[in-house]
Amino acid sequence: MIRTPLRPLARILDARRKGENPDAIERENLRIRQEQMRDTARSRAEGRLLVMAIMFFCAFTVVGLRMGNLAASEPAEPRAQVSGASIIASRADIVDRKGRILATNMETVSLYAHPQQMIDPLRSATELVKIFPELDEDRLRKDFTGKRKFVWLRKKLSPEQKQLVHDIGEPGLLFGPREMRLYPNGALASHVLGGASFGREGVHSAEVIGTAGIEKFFDAELRDPAREGAPLELSLDLTVQAVAERVLLGGMKLLNAKGAASVLMDVQTGEVISIASLPDFDPNDRPRPLTEGEAADSPLFNRAVQGVYELGSTFKVFAAAQALELGLVNPDTVIDTSGPMKVAGFRIGEFDNKNYGPLSVSDIIVKSSNRGTGRLALSIGPERQQEFLKRLGFFEPIPLEIVEAEGGKPLLPKKWTELSSVTISYGHGLSSSPLHLAAGYAAFANGGHKVEPTLLKQSGPQLGPRLMSERTAAQSLDMLRKVVTDGTASFGEVAGYSVGGKTGTADKPKPRGGGYYDDKVINTFASVFPTNDPKYVLIVTLDEPVETSGSEPRRTAGWTAVPVAAEMIRRIAPLLGLRPEVETRHLDGMINTSN
Amino acid sequence: MRSLLYVLTFLTVIAAAFWAYHENYKTQAALAKAQSVRSDISDARARLAVLKAEWAYLNRPDRLRDLVEVNYERLGLMPFEPDQFGRVDQIAYPEEPEDDLPITYPVEISSAGAQEP
Repeated sequence: MIRTPLRPLARILDARRKGENPDAIERENLRIRQEQMRDTARSRAEGRLLVMAIMFFCAFTVVGLRMGNLAASEPAEPRAQVSGASIIASRADIVDRKGRILATNMETVSLYAHPQQMIDPLRSATELVKIFPELDEDRLRKDFTGKRKFVWLRKKLSPEQKQLVHDIGEPGLLFGPREMRLYPNGALASHVLGGASFGREGVHSAEVIGTAGIEKFFDAELRDPAREGAPLELSLDLTVQAVAERVLLGGMKLLNAKGAASVLMDVQTGEVISIASLPDFDPNDRPRPLTEGEAADSPLFNRAVQGVYELGSTFKVFAAAQALELGLVNPDTVIDTSGPMKVAGFRIGEFDNKNYGPLSVSDIIVKSSNRGTGRLALSIGPERQQEFLKRLGFFEPIPLEIVEAEGGKPLLPKKWTELSSVTISYGHGLSSSPLHLAAGYAAFANGGHKVEPTLLKQSGPQLGPRLMSERTAAQSLDMLRKVVTDGTASFGEVAGYSVGGKTGTADKPKPRGGGYYDDKVINTFASVFPTNDPKYVLIVTLDEPVETSGSEPRRTAGWTAVPVAAEMIRRIAPLLGLRPEVETRHLDGMINTSN
Repeated sequence: MRSLLYVLTFLTVIAAAFWAYHENYKTQAALAKAQSVRSDISDARARLAVLKAEWAYLNRPDRLRDLVEVNYERLGLMPFEPDQFGRVDQIAYPEEPEDDLPITYPVEISSAGAQEP
């Protein structure tokens, strides 16, 4: 670049000669130079602005195009993403406490027809009826030859049936995939599991919904895809449940009972290890509810939870425990149980019109004296008795995780008079379910705490608020033990396991009111084992049992429910891992003599 | 100097394009493989569910009880009873094996003439 000098000598000399100011030339040149510099700077800046504008234009065009693309295209799962567990759409399994399957799903097919595609509708109808005798042939003929375009035939098909339908060779018979709920153990724990059926149905899939039991209670949770197929773990133990049902069925048949129920509960956690109600049903093929007659006669009726009965003398120990807790008596306080005793004009009698005379509190429970507990109840008073039973949970349905639990609302007297107080102390006038009784007895076994029965597996003890002192609980447990060793439940002794419990025999009330039946009873045995370190409560209830081995029929719990419960404990305790406390060899003595 | 730089840059671009092309195809292949593995997993899961259901069905207590009754003579299985609990000290120690077991029936063993299965 050639720089023009600011003071070119030729022009300066020329200007001096003419007498002009040479500085004007310099200023003039300076101005021209500055103008030139300004022009170059502007053009450079303009160029830069242009480049910037082009870049911004390109960037925004790309963004715009991408947005348009995203908005207009179909959304797709990102394929390259590292996915661990994929979403599992099917209903979650139900397993027992050791992971054994109680309910699962199975792929199967449904059968439907497109009559307009059929080649020989009449023959198809005949062949279908041969495979599925429950279908009505005339109806099928009418459906297949009429105007209908779509006919549902069967909701579930076995693989064999599917093959047979294939063999008809009719193109108008079509299969749709189905996921069905399967209960592989059949009737086992049927009242807990309930059952499932199809909700909204389409050709390609159908919704499986729970219709009863825990399937309905946890319906939303089981269907939640976010579970990722994690099974629902119950507190039940499949083996124990099977044994309990077996023993209960044997006992029920042997004693000619029309129904039976049992509850086995962990006293620390409230976990229900087994809960059985007989007669039962197969949840794979759930029977329809009865439309007439007594609901309690249906196999669907859960006697252990819904069946509210007057549970008889099993209640006596609550009165005794409360009297001990309030400090009114101690186990050796002697109370006169001789008659006659009249409360509000109503005579309180003993079983078989016996008269026990003066008895200690402990013996009142052992001999099961109505008048003895009645006197204890009178000294406690109706208000305190109500409050205690309320805290034990006898006023509300047990919140067990099955929908039927709501129906197990105890029946309470409308007015809690002194008479009701006395009759309730020996288990008449207040109806509750065997599950209530299990929850109540658990308080004696765990040192006086309330526990809520639950069907879900727990990780540790779930002791609730304290209901009675540890001392009272231990004294009550001693009394329960004495009932078995010296009292009405002598058949309840199981070698190796010290069983404690209380029998209860209650006359069944007539359904239309008007007193009680003479020869229909509910026998209950509420037991705790082993009493030296209580772990479980077991309630066994038999409906209308009668023991006929003697000269006259016997209907007391000591002859019916107790032997059944004892057999159950003998079979179940080893399965629960309880070692019998039997010294087979006296090793200590041998060691001592070798001194 | 400058032209060498241009040539080198051009070659680098070519190489990068070549590499990207290959990577793209490898990614596509990996995605396709992942897809098929995923469908295998879901098939396996379905099969597993059926097998589990079948296992549970075959092991249902009713069936096992019947099998035990049918095979009582052969198996002699009885329900678990409290008196079956033992103590460790009730179990005898195994007898010490003798140091040199006497060989009573010596048999010649040879691999000559043996054929691979």
